[in-house]
Amino acid sequence: MTQSSPPRPGVWKRSLRLIAILLAIWFTASLGLGVLLAEPLNRIWVGGFPLGFWFAQQGAILIFLVLLLVNAIAMDRIERDADRSEDTEDPS
Amino acid sequence: MSITGWTLVFVVGSFALYSAIAVASRVQTTSGFYVAGRGVSALANGMATGADWMSAASFISMAGLISFMGYDGAIYLMGWTGGYVLLALLVAPYLRRYGRYTIPEFVGDRFASQTARLTAVACAVFISFTYVAGQMRGVGVVFSRFLTIPVEYGVAIGGIIVLLYATLGGMRGITYTQVAQYCVLIVAFLIPAGAISWMMTGTPIPQIGFGSPLIEGERAGVALLRAIDQIHTDLGLPEYTGAFLAGKKTLPDVFAITMALMTGTAGLPHVLIRFYTVKTARLARWSVMWALFFIAILYTTAPAVAAFARVNMIQTLHNTPFAEAPDWFRNWAATGLIRFTDRNGDGLMQYSEGPGAELAIDRDIMVLANPEIAELPAWVVGLVAAGGLAAALSTAAGLLLVISASVSHDLLKSFLRPGMSERQELVAARLSAAGACVVAIVVGIYPPDYVAAVVAFAFGLAAASFFPALVLGVFTTWVTARGAVAGMIAGTGFTAVYIGWFKVFEWSGPEAWWFGISPEGIGTLGMLINFGVTWFVSRRTGPPPPDSAKMVAMLRGER
Repeated sequence: MTQSSPPRPGVWKRSLRLIAILLAIWFTASLGLGVLLAEPLNRIWVGGFPLGFWFAQQGAILIFLVLLLVNAIAMDRIERDADRSEDTEDPS
Repeated sequence: MSITGWTLVFVVGSFALYSAIAVASRVQTTSGFYVAGRGVSALANGMATGADWMSAASFISMAGLISFMGYDGAIYLMGWTGGYVLLALLVAPYLRRYGRYTIPEFVGDRFASQTARLTAVACAVFISFTYVAGQMRGVGVVFSRFLTIPVEYGVAIGGIIVLLYATLGGMRGITYTQVAQYCVLIVAFLIPAGAISWMMTGTPIPQIGFGSPLIEGERAGVALLRAIDQIHTDLGLPEYTGAFLAGKKTLPDVFAITMALMTGTAGLPHVLIRFYTVKTARLARWSVMWALFFIAILYTTAPAVAAFARVNMIQTLHNTPFAEAPDWFRNWAATGLIRFTDRNGDGLMQYSEGPGAELAIDRDIMVLANPEIAELPAWVVGLVAAGGLAAALSTAAGLLLVISASVSHDLLKSFLRPGMSERQELVAARLSAAGACVVAIVVGIYPPDYVAAVVAFAFGLAAASFFPALVLGVFTTWVTARGAVAGMIAGTGFTAVYIGWFKVFEWSGPEAWWFGISPEGIGTLGMLINFGVTWFVSRRTGPPPPDSAKMVAMLRGER
């Protein structure tokens, strides 16, 4: 846990921006489309699903998964940029 | 071979596998015991987290509950997956960067306060014990239904298996048995789900079948969900897919419950400690991604299973003469989980809900009876039993480790007996894991009345205690020790009192709910109270601990 790497002040600012964007999508996809707007969206049927119901029971989960994939990749890039001079660990 | 024979084969076989893994992964160090030596790969950790997370409730009860709730079932689906987004963005990588072994340890170090640490220990032990009692009960129920072994023996057998691998292997043993348990439970869930989807919509992928037309029966050619809505309308029930209709949950309640389950997920200690087991913060982020991937496989399948079961059940039972009831109906009626009372004396089974209904159907059989409804071979039924046990045991083990580490590491090592050697601490950890396991077995056999009512509220308590402390600990520098302690006590206290008032003692009815929020969702308000109190008290209790800024910079990866 002891970290001897040099200060990387840019990391936190870029992480915060990423977190804010992803959280906004997280909220919109689940509590927004799946709950707050569920009633009007349910009047639209797409491919055998009322849209509000689909977001609440399927779509939100799939979007969450994409968010976490984007987060893992983007944070890797942010950290790699921050300590370009240093070697990072191998991917799992 | 009979259903009982196959069940025995799968249950004994899977238990033998778990025991073999336990012996192979036994540990000799505290680091191995608490955090599996931090050598777990992101993929394996994701799988283990999936099993750790998906309990008897997810495996056995959730699809059945959704089947009776319709749209409202989304509270579980979004709540128990959306929490992983919060975990990945706000908590897991920072906890890993901190390192060490337990959640109370993080809280204590971050706010430089033993009081904060002890408050966190109390919250962690309380949350984990309420949760573990339900798991042990789940083990007993699976045994009694599939092997006609009395519930008590079932609980004891399951408990002894957990005892074996938790004390021998600690986190390492638990991790690798959880990986095996994930594989067992997901196969056991997907095979019957795929078969039912194939039978009803002609596609073996439940998520697609969910939106496809039915291929047989009186509503052949009609999209599954439209068919259910029509059936509901015919029976005078609110539409299955409809949101916030009369007789369903209100918008504020759905919002609050979903939020409470999400933030609770991101604050449950047995999930959080899983992210200590990987090598770096980066791998912690990838672990959460994999965890959600493995969880989403079951969580996107479950609502489809719920819908298939809904149509199947009503179409095969409604207005069918009792004398011609299908075989699976007779089998499950024998267990008392389905009951038919011919109230109007016409010999037909009429489906309705509420008082005066002729059919009383236990929610749990929607998953358990699925293989029989789909006329699958007997070995699938045995596999489902093993899957249910895997789900319950894996969650129980994770919870027991939290309790054991809280006692041996946070209470003994840091507080009561700081002079302990590592070897002594390891003995203490094994003993407290064994002790916690014995208590869990006893509680599972003689469940106190309040357990059933409270188990679902572990989330509310986690949302109101840990989530704000962890998030503020990483994202701000101004929180003082007193602020953090006051916030945790206020949030947890408020949530516990509200739940006790409305759910355990039932001193008032739903008409008195604050803002129309049910006890299930009150953790959301408890969390806001925690945030508010922490802020208020921190402002009044002088400067934050001197090293706050330094530690926060380390957590954020700035230095």
